[in-house]
Amino acid sequence: MHVFLRRLGFYVVAAIAAVTLDFFIPRLVPGDPVLTALAQMRGSLPPQALHALELQYGGDPNSSAWGEYLHFWNMILHGDLGYSMSSGNVPVSEVIGQHIWWTVILVGLSTVISFVVGTAIGTLAAWRRGSWLETLLPVTTFLQAMPYFFLATLLVLVFAVKLGWFPAINGYDYLNSTIGLNWPFLKDALYHGILPALTIVAASLAGWIIGMRNMMVTVRDEDYVLLAEAEGLPQRRVVWYAVRNAVLPQVSSFAMALSFVVGGSLLTEIVFSYPGIGYTLLAAVKNLDYSLVQGIFLVITLVVLAANFVADIIYVLLDPRTRQEA
Amino acid sequence: MAITDLTPDVTGAEPARGRRKRRRGSSITRSGKMMAGLILLGLFVLLAILGPILAPYDPNALGAPAGPPMPGSTVPSQLPGSAHWLGQTNIGADIFSQLLAGARSTVIVSFLAGAIATVLSVIIGITAGYLGGVVDEVLSLIANVFLVIPALPLLIAIGAFLGPEQTGHPLVVSLIIALTGWAWGARILRAQALSMRNRDFVEAARVSGESSWRIITREIMPNLGAIIASSFLFTTIYAIGTYVGLGFLTIITAGADYNWGTMLFDATSSSAVESGFWWWYIPPGVAIALLGTSLALINFGIDEYINPRLRMAMSARATRRAFGRRIRPQLGFTPVARLVDPAEGPS
Repeated sequence: MHVFLRRLGFYVVAAIAAVTLDFFIPRLVPGDPVLTALAQMRGSLPPQALHALELQYGGDPNSSAWGEYLHFWNMILHGDLGYSMSSGNVPVSEVIGQHIWWTVILVGLSTVISFVVGTAIGTLAAWRRGSWLETLLPVTTFLQAMPYFFLATLLVLVFAVKLGWFPAINGYDYLNSTIGLNWPFLKDALYHGILPALTIVAASLAGWIIGMRNMMVTVRDEDYVLLAEAEGLPQRRVVWYAVRNAVLPQVSSFAMALSFVVGGSLLTEIVFSYPGIGYTLLAAVKNLDYSLVQGIFLVITLVVLAANFVADIIYVLLDPRTRQEA
Repeated sequence: MAITDLTPDVTGAEPARGRRKRRRGSSITRSGKMMAGLILLGLFVLLAILGPILAPYDPNALGAPAGPPMPGSTVPSQLPGSAHWLGQTNIGADIFSQLLAGARSTVIVSFLAGAIATVLSVIIGITAGYLGGVVDEVLSLIANVFLVIPALPLLIAIGAFLGPEQTGHPLVVSLIIALTGWAWGARILRAQALSMRNRDFVEAARVSGESSWRIITREIMPNLGAIIASSFLFTTIYAIGTYVGLGFLTIITAGADYNWGTMLFDATSSSAVESGFWWWYIPPGVAIALLGTSLALINFGIDEYINPRLRMAMSARATRRAFGRRIRPQLGFTPVARLVDPAEGPS
């Protein structure tokens, strides 16, 4: 229990840091682009919306920096992320709510697939040293060095343009299906999601393979593996003992991997015009919709923090040593 | 992520080298991966330096299509030809010249960002590990927070508020990339410094009254050389990916230079994929992948130097060639070929 509370404490601190960072980003930038944009919009926006934006970005000369910071926290804690100028002044949280699920499901599924497949291949490569799997390692390195958006472009070239198996853009068929829990839509979303998911799996696979392979190579020289072998246990049991220990660093490197995958999925979404949060974020940047940019950054960060907390809990469940100190 | 076991294990046996003669030189240059990586990297650095001299055209200059005609047509096309080695864009700019200009900006920004981030991670990581206590708690907390906050969304958010005069400046771009890339190296170096602070030679330096700063820079840092180098390469790979990614998102402008990511954005947004302009988007993508691979190969070389167990086992065919029979590596036993008599010891 003690371990859980300590990890939870860390993520609370990280969340506070993220909110603070989100508050300071527009204020630390030279030249105050937001106030310039606000001044241009005077007249085209309803007065209440303008006032809300001024409060959010410090356009009100009567407020202090500390007062603005408290005001920002007050907004966040009430789930108010401001209004999106580019989507007709609807609340930012509403815009994010429409798009975040696309990304969460895409990234979540492809990360789990990539982790499982990569760890399995890494285990095999380490166990059968000198097999063809090990000669595969430099190839996966090259694949990993390829940026997500280039890999996505190549997949579009082969599977969409040349072969015509999968659609090249969009997340579902806008004309023939409506979003919701109905079979045509789900089928369509799956069909459109295969190429983006394949991009993310292919680009992130190498990290899991190499991490697992290197850890297994180190673990199989340990005494307990030798003992298990000497006792004549079946190979499968011996491998299982080694895997249980070698997989721990894989789980703990999840935090950084997830940060990479989230970044990569944003780029992938752009290539496929996928209706996820990355596409929305870029559109917000292009439209100078600053509240939407800040809101999306904050929500992505909080989701990533939550995912990391889950990975931490799994780590504690897998490793009895972390539970003993409590 | 390739770094898993950092215990310096230099006692590990040399893997069998078959009938090949033992070459001279340090064990670092003997690694094939390391050499391949260094040669590839050298090529890119050379291209970055000589780029403007080699570039046959101004990357921004537009010209009429001058390539060989498409099949079934007689008018000149943008296809690669003798006038434009890698062809032209749909508006007639020379792709080879853009690629060279992109090599320069990518190499400069990613190495600068890698260097800045490494300096940060060395200072923060080693200080935290060596001093321990509250300093360690605070610095580790900061590093871990930076590690879990996703970098690209943060950079996009920062980039959204920056004007073109800042995003076109290589130093500013390197700085903001370094800001998001130092935490991983700091965490590794902290763990290493922590394991080193109670070693005898550090104790001796402390007892003889050396200052903390001197112990960190003169006693601990030289012993972490390989790990610092590996962390630098890792951060530089990250910086390359981030730089071209931001270029692709058109969050940063490359200023006067070209960015491989921006080239890919130009190509895909002009439907180069659909219209078969493969020469426009394949070269920048392959260039990014090759530059990243060269650094990753060097990093593997360093990893294998630190932890010899990670070296690749010989392929089945190579073992048969070397020993005359098939050897399957068994659990817990790394096959060691003794080419010199054990009594004499290695020369």
